[in-house]
Amino acid sequence: MSAVREWLLDDSPSSRLQASFGRAWRMFSALLRNPLAVAGMLIILALIAMAAFAPWIAPYSATGQDLANRLVPPSAQHWMGTDELGRDIFSRVVYGARITLMIVVMVAVIAAPVGLVIGAVSGYFGGWADRILMGVTDIFLSMPKLILALAFVAALGPGIENAIIAIAITSWPVYARIARAETLTFRDAEFIAAVRLQGASAMRIILRHVLPLCASSTIVRVTLDMAGIILTAAGLGFLGLGAQPPLPEWGAMISRGRNFILDQWWVATMPGFAIILVSLGFCFLGDGLRDVLDPKQRENR
Amino acid sequence: MKAEFFVCSKRFFNRRALTAGGSGAFLAFEPSPAETRLHAGAVAGHAARGAASLLRFLLVLALTFLGLMAITFFIGRVIPIDPVLAVVGDRATQEAYEAARERMGLDRPLVVQFLSYVGDVLRGQLGNSISTGRSVAEDLGRVFPATLEMATLGIIIGVALGVPMGVIAATRQGSWVDQVIRVLGLLGYSVPAFWLGLVGLAVFYAGLGWVAGPGRIDIFYDGLVDPVTGLYLVDSLIAGEPEIFWNAVSHLLLPASILGFFSLAYIARMTRSFMLDQLGQEYVTTARVKGVAERRVIWRHAFYPIRIQLITVIGLSYAGLLEGSVMIETVFSWPGIGNYLTTALLNADMNAVLGATLVIGSVFILVNKISDVLYRVLDPRARR
Repeated sequence: MSAVREWLLDDSPSSRLQASFGRAWRMFSALLRNPLAVAGMLIILALIAMAAFAPWIAPYSATGQDLANRLVPPSAQHWMGTDELGRDIFSRVVYGARITLMIVVMVAVIAAPVGLVIGAVSGYFGGWADRILMGVTDIFLSMPKLILALAFVAALGPGIENAIIAIAITSWPVYARIARAETLTFRDAEFIAAVRLQGASAMRIILRHVLPLCASSTIVRVTLDMAGIILTAAGLGFLGLGAQPPLPEWGAMISRGRNFILDQWWVATMPGFAIILVSLGFCFLGDGLRDVLDPKQRENR
Repeated sequence: MKAEFFVCSKRFFNRRALTAGGSGAFLAFEPSPAETRLHAGAVAGHAARGAASLLRFLLVLALTFLGLMAITFFIGRVIPIDPVLAVVGDRATQEAYEAARERMGLDRPLVVQFLSYVGDVLRGQLGNSISTGRSVAEDLGRVFPATLEMATLGIIIGVALGVPMGVIAATRQGSWVDQVIRVLGLLGYSVPAFWLGLVGLAVFYAGLGWVAGPGRIDIFYDGLVDPVTGLYLVDSLIAGEPEIFWNAVSHLLLPASILGFFSLAYIARMTRSFMLDQLGQEYVTTARVKGVAERRVIWRHAFYPIRIQLITVIGLSYAGLLEGSVMIETVFSWPGIGNYLTTALLNADMNAVLGATLVIGSVFILVNKISDVLYRVLDPRARR
């Protein structure tokens, strides 16, 4: 163990692999010193575990109905009670982790690279390319995100895939702005000039040398945005435009519980706690990551 | 609101954090080459520069609105596989289909269609709503005051509580007050607005009976007051009906407080960070060394300079509340623009959806840009 540690913390790494593992390890241990970031990591690990092992964790099926046990309050058998069709809410929350995780991962995978490439191209080339791309970005940035997502879903039709597309369409401009700002800071740096003199194409410079340097601030931003993405997705589900029944999406579950909120409060509140917890987890981790990866942005505290 | 509305805003919060956060570097335009030349020449006086930047502002504003229209046009005409089919139904005859297609102008090139769409929007013709049967523009005029009333009370609550909380948190950094405010701020990013609305209804309406339930007013007061402004609070006062006024207040209080919570969370967080910047400055130390009372140091020396930054934050927060009210209105059956939008969404009433999107988007952009301009006009450092 200590040999591994020494190898990781070696001041003069002998290979590129060792250097990058060492850097990751240093960041990770810096993160571990921040209690809130650790809490965030634990929450997200729990989310991932729930999503991966849902059939083993959930005591009941997510869709199986049991009409004899409708609207049972929380008890030892049903930790979070049951809904109007007798489905165990805890099991549905556990399976819902899969949907939430899929949405945030898909949005991040679609929106972040698109934003990064647009921002990097814009910052690297400058001139007209920059003006046009940033003009479009600014227009998207000055739109209300939720409304735009709603309108896109209205046109595309309800459903989880369309919700993901709509959220991704409204999320990329932030990353484009970040990537452009970062690119501008080192566009004229000597290492870029050196690569260019070696004959590297613009595409190669952007992909291999510019984008990796934008990665850390983008990762911070994506993590901080996760809470917003989860809330938007849940909002779409709540309005009936996201995941469709009987999928155990948390927002849609709250929407079902709306009719029972006065007498059977647990139906609507329990999935809400799951949303809050996971969003908080991403906020905590994002704050922690920002302190480690992006000290310039560090908030005074 | 958080995302959702505030998704938080989200959404919108995230964006705000980027534009308003930290240094405010994003707020400043980069000087265009033309502007730079102006400066280098040093010929143009203040007036010319003012006119140039006004022109530039109007151009940016016009382009942004054009962009908004392009997006709604795209959503309405391009994404749906066949908008004609949505109108005539899939059992229409070939002739009916062709006639509808021609009537809707879909046989023309896209650019022509877009230009005529822009023309329609500028003349206020947003088409007719399928569900209400009236023109969308008329519908929107009727529902907008309800949203305005709620969002305005929401921002008042948010500012009245959020700013002092932020200042207190900054002056007692690390204390339990600071921690509580920090947690509140984080909750503002992670609680779904619709969920908070439901829980609020269950607790304060059904449980404690402190506030009235969903809707703007009790059913037997409905229609008793002539709509002058459309704002029930104002109308009932004009009509001299205190009973109706208090009834409207008790309906408004809960949804507005929930909206207020989300803007409070954001405003307190930003105020705290602005204040910490100021409190760390040397002139604050100087004032303290001179023996200026602590209260005066905080509220005069440190707070005065951040008022301008706060205007931007409050403006963005207000625009966000208009957006965030979509979720809250659905929960509270509040007959505002958000409720109108979601009802239209569920009925696939595209004209109404696009009209509401346009109006909310325009208000959002306008408030956004105005707070941007105010910042640059009021802050001597941002003037160029």
